[in-house]
Parts: sequence; structure tokens; C-alpha cells
Amino acid sequence: MSDSVLHVPRDQLTETVAGLRDEGYVSVLDVTAVDYLEHPGRTDLPPEVAPERFELVVTLISHAAPGRIRLRVQVPADDPTVATLFDLYPGTEALEREVADMFGIIFEGHPDPSRILMPPDWEGHPLRKDFAVGRIPVQFKATR
Amino acid sequence: MTATEPSATDTAVRLREDSAVLRIGEDDGERLEAESSASDTSMIMNMGPQHPSTHGVLRLMLEMEGETVMRSKPVIGYLHTGMEKTAETLTYLQGPTNVTRMDYAAPLFSELAFSMATEALLGLELPPRATWIRMLMCELNRISSHLLFQATNGMDIGAVSMMLYGWREREEALRLLETITGLRMNHNYIRPGGVAADLPDGWRDEVLTLIDALPARLKEFDTLLTGQPIYRERLQGVGVINTAECLALGVTGPILRSTGYAWDLRRDMPYLAYDQMDFDVVVGTYGDCFDRYAIRLNEIRESIRILAQILDQMPSGDYRVQDKKVTPPPRARIDESMEALIHHFKIFTEGFKVPAGEVYAAVESPRGELGCYMVSDGSAVPYRMHIRGPSFVNLQTLPHLMRGGMVADAVAIISSVDPIMGEVDR
Repeated sequence: MSDSVLHVPRDQLTETVAGLRDEGYVSVLDVTAVDYLEHPGRTDLPPEVAPERFELVVTLISHAAPGRIRLRVQVPADDPTVATLFDLYPGTEALEREVADMFGIIFEGHPDPSRILMPPDWEGHPLRKDFAVGRIPVQFKATR
Repeated sequence: MTATEPSATDTAVRLREDSAVLRIGEDDGERLEAESSASDTSMIMNMGPQHPSTHGVLRLMLEMEGETVMRSKPVIGYLHTGMEKTAETLTYLQGPTNVTRMDYAAPLFSELAFSMATEALLGLELPPRATWIRMLMCELNRISSHLLFQATNGMDIGAVSMMLYGWREREEALRLLETITGLRMNHNYIRPGGVAADLPDGWRDEVLTLIDALPARLKEFDTLLTGQPIYRERLQGVGVINTAECLALGVTGPILRSTGYAWDLRRDMPYLAYDQMDFDVVVGTYGDCFDRYAIRLNEIRESIRILAQILDQMPSGDYRVQDKKVTPPPRARIDESMEALIHHFKIFTEGFKVPAGEVYAAVESPRGELGCYMVSDGSAVPYRMHIRGPSFVNLQTLPHLMRGGMVADAVAIISSVDPIMGEVDR
């Protein structure tokens, strides 16, 4: 049941996904990210892929020949931007908003780049590894 | 009926440009209201987050034209507790206690996805009985989850007595889950390496009692709801969606199947031992609220069929893998062996190390594809754990389903999407 994995350069993500759509990958199931800041050693990357701090993980599914494919995209910390997949699969809207909210990765061309889970005035991106657990004071508006 | 099916590209373009989704900030409603001119007859109304029909803390911003819903936006995050962040501090053995609280109506499925991801990283092969116990528990849980839907859906539509019947049957199913796992909800029963405990004595009779009693009760549901003209009037033709739209939006589960598209991971990408089960994938025809109701009702019947087969074929043997790296020693060994005591202590304090890697494991939960993406760095806690909640993605259909309908329809539509906010917000 292992899925196929594809390492995609950041600037080719849109073309790759468009190509996969024409091959019968009917849905984007999941868009998420990983912050590799504190990872001790990454050995699962092929030699031609240069590791970066963030990795965007896009999972697509094909129904005709049942199977999933996982696209792994390296996103540098100093320029965390990726082109949105909203134009190809409108269902990525909420998933990309979550990644933007939790990791601070900016999706260029996204129709609604607002925070989705955290309050609109929250500072920081909680799932980044340098965001401490249980930080105080709590930033909710009512407590100010 | 047109001659050509709309292509995926056309559907994506239409969904993108169709102004069903209201894209304003969650604080902007009042400001826009104040700025709007007298000639502007639309108004922005908030529904929720405290509203009995929003299944918890879902808030909807509705752009209303009189009684008609134009654009809308689901605002979520009120139940966000950072469970994915928490997961990065819990060992693989503690992990299920965390994920089980996401989809609280179907907790065993999150535990299963989490455990399957961990086992894939460990390269563990489960003993057959563990697999079959998991399947038994998941189908029981699917029944209880769909019964909860029947109860709340009936209540939302105005068939309030349905709430009592649905709740009564669900409680029967939960009582059985409690007998086996010790808890009504948040079981922490399915764990990496197998399940927490073997089935108790008499489990077979208890399951039999339940699946013997349920079909007659489901018939009562049919009498009360399915054939009921007022009920049908409220649901038929309301909240219609088609297959291409579902696929473009990433929708899975009963909503996708209601459009007549047979896609069920249990049949199409089998996990556990579902490839040995004989059951039908229930599909609808029109993709409306009524189809989604009928699919869930009939999926209970299919689950009963699966349970009957599991009862016949349940293998004997170990209920968890006998790998000393993952499985704590039996309680009796601790009293007689120093090594067993140390081993027990180490597993529950340090946890077990999982080889570095990344994996995605998915199961068919009552709401659709529930996936777990896990990254390990070789230590005893996940480096990153992400749950792909079906409710989270399915919620994106709401603006498209509600556009042009009445507020009363919106209530029926939210109910038919059956979101569990614990899983949406995580």
C-alpha cells in the first residue's frame, strides 16, 4: 500500500499537478507541510534534491487505477512562497489556508489568504518548530 | 441531461468563478454592514458558533437576500486546540489518546489511521486476530456514528422524536464499545502493534444481540422518516452537488457517493481484511440531502452484514504483535521477572523508537477518507503528525450547496454534510 513519492522543484509544482490531473489523479486529498528545522538528519531525499527548512506535501489520488501519489516540495525559509493549486483543484483552498496559518508558507494567487484555525490577529505560526508549546500570555482579544 | 459530461477543467473553472464562497475576513461582517448603502438589499448574517444546528462550534457568515442565502463562508477554528502540535510531544504509545479526541463520534478510525501509519514505519505485520478485532470495532463504530447522524439530522429537520430513537440505538452500540474497550468514547483501544486488550468473554453474544435487534429498529426509522412526505419535502432536491464538483473539492465519503459515484476505500483500496468481506458500496442518484441521509441509513445495514461475517470468521491467536520492542510484557510476567518489569517501565516512559521516514495511511471513516501523514526522525515521538480530516475538506462544499437556498435549507445542508468540529479544528 505504499504510495509513490515524487520530489518536485518548487517552480514546477503547478505544471506537475496539472500533468497528474490529466493522467487521472482526480482529487487532491491533502496539502500539508513539515518544518525540518530540528530534524537530526534527512536521509530520505535523493541526492539531487537540496534540503530546505520547509517541505510542502501534496497528496493526490487516482481512482481509475487506485493509488495515491505524494509530491514533496522543498520550500526555503527565507522565501516561503509557493504557487497556489486553487486554480487546478478548488478543494485545496482550505488546506492551503491551514498550511499558511500553521507554517507561514505563502500561497501566491490564493483567493483568501486569511488565517483559518487561529484568530485573525494571532502572531506566529504554531506548527513551526521554533514556536514554543504553551506560550503565554494568551493573545486572545478579550484578555487584553 | 447533456450529451457530454463536464470535464474536470470546466468544473474547476466554474467552482473557482462561481461566487458561492464569501471571501471576507471573519471580523469584516459588521464593518461591511455599516458601509453598505441603502440600495444594497443584501445583508450579512452570522449563524453560530453557538447555534444548536451547527453541530458544535461551526460559524457561518451568510450573505442574505431576504430569506435566500447568496454567498457564504464557514468560519472555523473555535475548537482548535493544537492537537497536531501536541502530537509532537507524545510518544507513539500515547499518540492514540490524542487523535481519538479529534473525531469524537468515530474515534476508533483516527486511532486506526494513526496506528497504521506507525506500523508502516515500523514495518510491523499484525497477527490476524488483531486485524479482525480492529475491523469489528470499526464497523461497530461506523454504526454508532451513523446512528448519531440519524438522530441529529432528524432533530435538525424538525423530526424531534427521531433524536430519541437515534440516540437510543447509538447508546446500545456505545454500550457494546464500552464493554470491549472500557470507555464509551475516546477509547484509546487501537494502538500501534494491535489493540489494547483481547475481546472479553461473551462478546459474540453481545454483538449478535445488537445486530439482531438493529434491522427492526432501522425499519422504524424508515417508517418515521424515509416515507414521510414532510421529511422528504425538506430534503429532496436540497443541497445538490455533482460528482465532478465533489472530486474537484476533494470531497470523500457519503457526500461523494450520494452523487452516484461508487468510491469506498474499503472496497477500492482495501486495508485490514476488507478484501475478504462481502458488502455493497451504497450510492445515491441525485446528490441531494435525501441521498446523503439514505446512504448513511443503508451503510448501517451493510455494516451489520460485515459484522455477521466477522463473527463467523474471527480467527484465534494474539490480539497484538509479539514484538518485544513494541509490546509491553503481559501483566502476570511483571510479578515474576525483573527484566519484564524494567521492560514494561521503559516502554511506558521512554516509548519505542520508530525508524526515520515518512508515510501516509488512510482509512474510510464514516465521513470519508481519514488520512494520517507521519514523519519520524528515528526517536520515540513523531517528528510531525498530520491528520487529514474528512470533515475539514467536506466543509468546503457548504457554500456551493447552500447558494440560492433558504436559511431553513442551510440547516438541513449542514446536517447532511455531518461535520464533526473536533476533527475540523483539531
